[in-house]
Amino acid sequence: MKVKLEKRTVVALKVSVILAILLAIFYLAELFGLGPLSILEAGLLAMTPLALAAVGEVLNEKTGLVNIGLEGILLMSAVLGVVGAEFVWNGYFGLLTGVIVGAIVGLVFGLLSVYGKADQVIAGIGINVFALGFVPYLFIVSWRSPGIRVLPSDLYVAPFQTPLIRVHIVTIIAVVVALLAYYMVNRTPLGLRIRAAGEKPDALDVAGVSVNRTRLMMAIVGGALCGLGGAFMSLGWFGSAVKEISAGRGFIALACVVFSGLDPLLALLAALIFGFAEGFSVSIQITPGVKEVIPFYFIQMIPYITTLVLITVAIGKRRFPKESGKPYRRE
Amino acid sequence: MNLSAKSEPITQSFFAIVIGLFIGAILMAAFGYNPIYAYAMLLYGAFGGVPEIMETLAFAVPVMLTGLTFAVGVRAGLFNIGAEGQMYLGALGAVIVGGALNFPPGLHLVFTTLMSAFMGVLWAVIPALLKISRGVHEVVSTIMFNWIGFWLVIYLVVYQFAEPGRAERSLPVLPSARYGVLLEGSTLTTIIFVAVALCLLFYFILWGTKMGYELRVMGANPDAAKYAGIKPWRTTLLAFILGGIAAGLAGGSQVMGRPPAWSLYATLGNVVGLGFDGLSVALIGRNHPIGVIFASIFLGALSQGSRTMQYYAGVYFELVRAISGIIILALSVPEALAIFRRWRKK
Repeated sequence: MKVKLEKRTVVALKVSVILAILLAIFYLAELFGLGPLSILEAGLLAMTPLALAAVGEVLNEKTGLVNIGLEGILLMSAVLGVVGAEFVWNGYFGLLTGVIVGAIVGLVFGLLSVYGKADQVIAGIGINVFALGFVPYLFIVSWRSPGIRVLPSDLYVAPFQTPLIRVHIVTIIAVVVALLAYYMVNRTPLGLRIRAAGEKPDALDVAGVSVNRTRLMMAIVGGALCGLGGAFMSLGWFGSAVKEISAGRGFIALACVVFSGLDPLLALLAALIFGFAEGFSVSIQITPGVKEVIPFYFIQMIPYITTLVLITVAIGKRRFPKESGKPYRRE
Repeated sequence: MNLSAKSEPITQSFFAIVIGLFIGAILMAAFGYNPIYAYAMLLYGAFGGVPEIMETLAFAVPVMLTGLTFAVGVRAGLFNIGAEGQMYLGALGAVIVGGALNFPPGLHLVFTTLMSAFMGVLWAVIPALLKISRGVHEVVSTIMFNWIGFWLVIYLVVYQFAEPGRAERSLPVLPSARYGVLLEGSTLTTIIFVAVALCLLFYFILWGTKMGYELRVMGANPDAAKYAGIKPWRTTLLAFILGGIAAGLAGGSQVMGRPPAWSLYATLGNVVGLGFDGLSVALIGRNHPIGVIFASIFLGALSQGSRTMQYYAGVYFELVRAISGIIILALSVPEALAIFRRWRKK
């Protein structure tokens, strides 16, 4: 009983910290003469890839896998998403390509970690370094360009207009996915298996469920969600791809996961904060009167500084699955 | 310990390199290039003659240093992937003391070198302190510092230390703060001796001193280390400081010891990526300072040879980094070689 209460307090504290930060951002935005609606619009767009990557990683980490290759998945799916979209000449197919690319990378990571008993941090680093080299190579072989591709306007998957702001379909998918993940983890038999794979794999094994297969499945799901986030960046948000398009977002998503303590809804909220920090920095860059006072270079740092501050002050003891990062060996 | 057990890690590295080159060949063939011709050109470009070997070694210097950064971290059980940002700061440090200040010859070179190491340490110590005081995971914090460092250094190069009339790069370091070129026409300078000496020094610290021993115990078995009274904050701080020195010098080496620029480009184009290459170097070198020396020559050969490969075979040089990624993935699986042997027996 006592434990439960403590957890609730921690969650309440985290939520209030988030609300306070959001209010502060809105207040600052008012100072710079920006409407809260424009910040909201930019913030939701920036939130989307982070939320998808973070929720996928939460599922991953619940089963005991830690994939720090999110950055590489975002980068590869963003660029391959454009390749796929141009191949079939359909933006939605590009998003699907991103999902498939993410799932494949997740599968490779899962196979190496689960059956190869890999050091998961090293494997994640391998994915990131591979992406750093493969993506520029891909730019050259597909477009003869050293690292920038503007999306043909037919292929842009545009957000739709609501009475207040423009919202992107992928943003809605991200929110739904986070809600579904929360429900699945806490309320369904599959969720029980996922949690058991991370906490007590031998018990799961005894119950006749394959630990390895559960982990592999979530590695693929996590990769696929991250891949959707990556493809969204180029096809639904920027409308172009550059070879540094992920710009550290994979690691910011990891920070969201750390902050969330593996709760998909808190991961979504954390992504919202980082999204707002980024949306804010994008908006003030183009605001007259700001450009002259604060150099562009410092505005670029805002998302990274926000990340550092948030994970430094993150309240509560982060409790991760006992078997996190360890391969399962049957005794 | 018999000889075969000792050589096993080296065999594993070779196995991983073979896998990396093989998948690299598939990626070349998939887009219509001839991998055999490409690799032949790469080999020729890296070792075809004395000038080529000199360039290979010149490429090896910075990644030898950033490789040390990651290696010493892993030895302490830490994943310091912040060599990239620490290197930017180190390069800036070299520009500040070597380009903007003036000291007597001899002293100038020493001060510039020390400053670049110091700036690297400065950027490494903050994530270390965050880890010690708040438990912030170093993988996330060092990446954030890489990006903050990226924008900070670009800002300073453009606004504070730009070469007058040439906005695309920083002030070049003065001749008194430059390492001597070893062979006329090559870009290899005497700074390679500094890099190798640092590897030997790290080897001595890790295997010859008490604090190095503590650091390795913490990495190998943290529970045993804590039981033995070894303080985690000390080993963490030490690993980050040593790593910062190496990464800072890596950045400095591209300014003080790499013609023709002798300066830092405003895009950071002459240093970007060298920190991440260090990850491959450290892992191929089995996180051992002496192994790092050999692994850096391998990666230097890839980097130098890839330029020839691009010129003759058309394969874009960045593919080399994808090959590094595959090598890291292969090395992440400790039993890869054993699995392969079992599979072959069948």
